[in-house]
Amino acid sequence: MVAATLERPAATPPRTAGSRLSVEAVSHAFDIRGAALPVLDRLSLDVAPGDFVALLGPSGCGKSTLLRLVAGLEPPDAGRITVDGTRVTGPDPSRLLVFQDPTLYPWRTVRGNVALGLEARGVRGERTARADAALRLVGLEGFADVFPHQLSGGMAQRAALARALVNEPRLLLLDEPLGKLDALTRLALQAEILRLWQETRFTALLVTHDVEEALVLARRVIVLSDRPAAIRADIGVERPYPRHRDDPELIRLRREILGILGQPT
Amino acid sequence: MAGLTALASAPPHAAARRLPRPPLRGPAAAAAWLLLAGATYALPEDGDFPYTAAFAAGALGLGLALPPASAFSGHLGRAGAALAHWTPWLTLAALALLAWELVTAKFALLPMPFFPPPQAILEVFWEDWPKLGGSILASLKLLAGGYLIGAGLGFGLGVAIGWSKAVGYWAHPVLRFVGPLPATAWLPLAFFVFPSSWSASTFLIALATGFPVTVLTWSGVAGVNKAYFDVARTLGASPGFLILRVAVPAALPHVFVGLFMGLGGSFAVLVVAEMLGVKSGLGWYLQWAQGWAAYANMYAALIVMALMCSGLITLLFRLRDRVLSWQKGLVQW
Repeated sequence: MVAATLERPAATPPRTAGSRLSVEAVSHAFDIRGAALPVLDRLSLDVAPGDFVALLGPSGCGKSTLLRLVAGLEPPDAGRITVDGTRVTGPDPSRLLVFQDPTLYPWRTVRGNVALGLEARGVRGERTARADAALRLVGLEGFADVFPHQLSGGMAQRAALARALVNEPRLLLLDEPLGKLDALTRLALQAEILRLWQETRFTALLVTHDVEEALVLARRVIVLSDRPAAIRADIGVERPYPRHRDDPELIRLRREILGILGQPT
Repeated sequence: MAGLTALASAPPHAAARRLPRPPLRGPAAAAAWLLLAGATYALPEDGDFPYTAAFAAGALGLGLALPPASAFSGHLGRAGAALAHWTPWLTLAALALLAWELVTAKFALLPMPFFPPPQAILEVFWEDWPKLGGSILASLKLLAGGYLIGAGLGFGLGVAIGWSKAVGYWAHPVLRFVGPLPATAWLPLAFFVFPSSWSASTFLIALATGFPVTVLTWSGVAGVNKAYFDVARTLGASPGFLILRVAVPAALPHVFVGLFMGLGGSFAVLVVAEMLGVKSGLGWYLQWAQGWAAYANMYAALIVMALMCSGLITLLFRLRDRVLSWQKGLVQW
């Protein structure tokens, strides 16, 4: 099934910019008042360059922890994470995490927030031009000089996407980025993320608890078990984009996944 | 609460425009000032006050200028809007001055040397301004030195404690033990240890400023949303960037509260230090005036001191408004 997902529809250009991600037998535990709470148990996962993979699982199962480990914000207790064959030892702007909260800096304008990565790495030339280009990419060109408190939730999340994309990441880690948005804004931003993925060719790893969202966006849906997380199912979604929610194949897969998650369908 | 904030942040002329304005506000204010002028000039005095006529003339001038000014306030731009806003206060000020004039110079209801009439204070401003002005400059110089040193060191120390566990481990107990001690308690020791009373006072003012600035900067830095650091770290930020571009700007609202509290504390120490050690400044002037039973000079110095302190706080708030313009719902000073 994994091999099948690597075939891409003829219309999609070859994806050369995305990273290959490899998670090898990673275990991780949280320290809760001295007691170890295992959240990941010997989890292994390979993501092909340019693929779009969704991680689905019950709340608190360790999906977000996996993304933090891949981003390099914390080292795993055991196991290995490599990106394009290089072991992850710390954060790197080529692998970026988009959080559930936009976490824009309130003291910076939208443009200042988007330019954050360029500034942090001391990129001098064209900082403003690149930030403005990223804002155009997410449809926020008119809001460059506005402060974050003046943005709606959806606009703030678009700005957070632009803040990541301006660094031209090869692996984009999306940690329930649409989790706090209203239903209509969610639909609009799902289409947006899909378009950005098709245009900029990064590898995408999306954590979500919305089965429909996973099926509309991802080419591969990985269903995780309850804590400590292990892979319960790895499902290829071989439907062309744009996908429709009422596609009978997607409805069938939705039923199958909900069954795996133990939900009545 | 939201309504209160909205009211507080509305510019004064907008608030004045929304209030129904009685048509007789301008004439009422003018009448009050003319009444003050007439009573001051015409009523017999209990005592000898050379500036009675000058005071009456000033009130007369204001009383005559008010009706045309308020009639054309709509054409005077911002000054006109300010005049319209403050007209009721001008009326009250004239009536208060009148009451003061009557109970002191005219009917001597209050014991005389201790409660001089307004014209006696006018006399002090007019005759003694070189000494008063010099005292303001001396006070400002001493205050600025101590405040800037204290605020700078407090800010640096606060950032260090908030950022580094090691610095926090060593600095926290010292801060807890020494910090709450009022800076004035160090006064006898400081005047003995430091080579000059000026350096001793600078130290005390720096101490009074430094403590609140340190504690609030520390709490600001320690309370920064951890996700802000995650964002910057994934984007490739160095530790220096995390401190200067993430922790410090995020902590600035707290820092300004510390700067405000420190400024209030520094005023108290300034006056005490000037009264007890330094032979210049407004605190010394107060002490000197009291020693010579020159009570009018004392009131004049108090008025000047109030203006100075209020002005400095206004300055600090202006600075904050500029630096924190991204924040919503700032308290207006």
